[in-house]
Amino acid sequence: MSELGFDRQDFEGVQDGREDLAPGDEPQESAGHWVLNSNLGLGFSIVLTVAAFVLAETHLIYGPAIPVALIVLAIAQMGVHLVFFLHVTTGPDNTNNVLALAFGILVVFLIVAGSIWIMNNLQHNLMPMDQMIRMQP
Amino acid sequence: MTDLPATTEALRRVAQDPHRLGRLAHGREGPVPGIGHGETGPAGKRIIVGYGFWIFLLSDIVIFSCFFAAFAVLRNATAGGPGAREIVDVPRVALETAALLLSSYTCGLSFAATNAKNLLWTQVFLLVTGLLGLAFVGMEAQEFIGLAARGITPQRSAFLSAFFGLVGCHGLHVTLAGLWLLTMMAQVQVKGFRPEIIHRLICFNLFWHALDIVWIGIFTIVYLLGATA
Repeated sequence: MSELGFDRQDFEGVQDGREDLAPGDEPQESAGHWVLNSNLGLGFSIVLTVAAFVLAETHLIYGPAIPVALIVLAIAQMGVHLVFFLHVTTGPDNTNNVLALAFGILVVFLIVAGSIWIMNNLQHNLMPMDQMIRMQP
Repeated sequence: MTDLPATTEALRRVAQDPHRLGRLAHGREGPVPGIGHGETGPAGKRIIVGYGFWIFLLSDIVIFSCFFAAFAVLRNATAGGPGAREIVDVPRVALETAALLLSSYTCGLSFAATNAKNLLWTQVFLLVTGLLGLAFVGMEAQEFIGLAARGITPQRSAFLSAFFGLVGCHGLHVTLAGLWLLTMMAQVQVKGFRPEIIHRLICFNLFWHALDIVWIGIFTIVYLLGATA
């Protein structure tokens, strides 16, 4: 940053040597942060995965509610993976990633929900196949 | 202050620069470094590479969402053949899930070792990741062979086509990621922790974790919902 011609510590009071980088330099990442994140991610994932298998295999909760519970657990676990393994954060470095992720989720939602909606509608409005065959001359 | 976790660091930056202008708020002049806009120029190459690969991963997940949509639409189109309940082997799925989740964990640890510039532990954790991935692919291959031996093949019904398409596509991804992993182990060994090698390791990490995210969808929607249906 020296070419910008000011002393950053005067403005920011920053003591962190990690930020003293020219554009294109690599910031130093700390290993401890990654280990902690991996441990937390594994812990949360084990809890959510075991919960999903237990709910699916036992009659612990009301039967018709099981699919909803499983999907909620899956979404929670995907969130855990995004935060602790893929390191998606709210930080400025991640703004673009989060926006891209939001767009990806929108596309996935449109494809899956749209397909189910359209095909159900089609199946509902079409004549069953055996009747259609019988109508052939 | 030297070992701030990245998230604390990010929070501090947001407090300094709430409107993401690339400089300090409240009339005080001076750029906030490293955020990729404002006066400080482009973001680090590490962030750009991660972003580009992130876009690829999202497009890959869109492909998977098409397979998921096909499976959801065709799940009852069994043509008199076996349904989801007949082909799901829950204990095997639990083992597969455990293998893939643990491999995600060791993959994260390998990158922690990479950050610490520790060659031995990077290689050890990458090797464990690869072995767990191999165990996963092996169990899935065994499952498919067992199903084929019972005459349950993709040709049998639309439901089975969707099933083998979705699960097989994921298995293929894990297999290819395993080949990539072997390449990365060789590159780390021969070339050391050069910046471009570290960038490739970042991309590999993202890919491996994304496969685990897809597997969460598969074991929930295909196997567990199939077994309870």
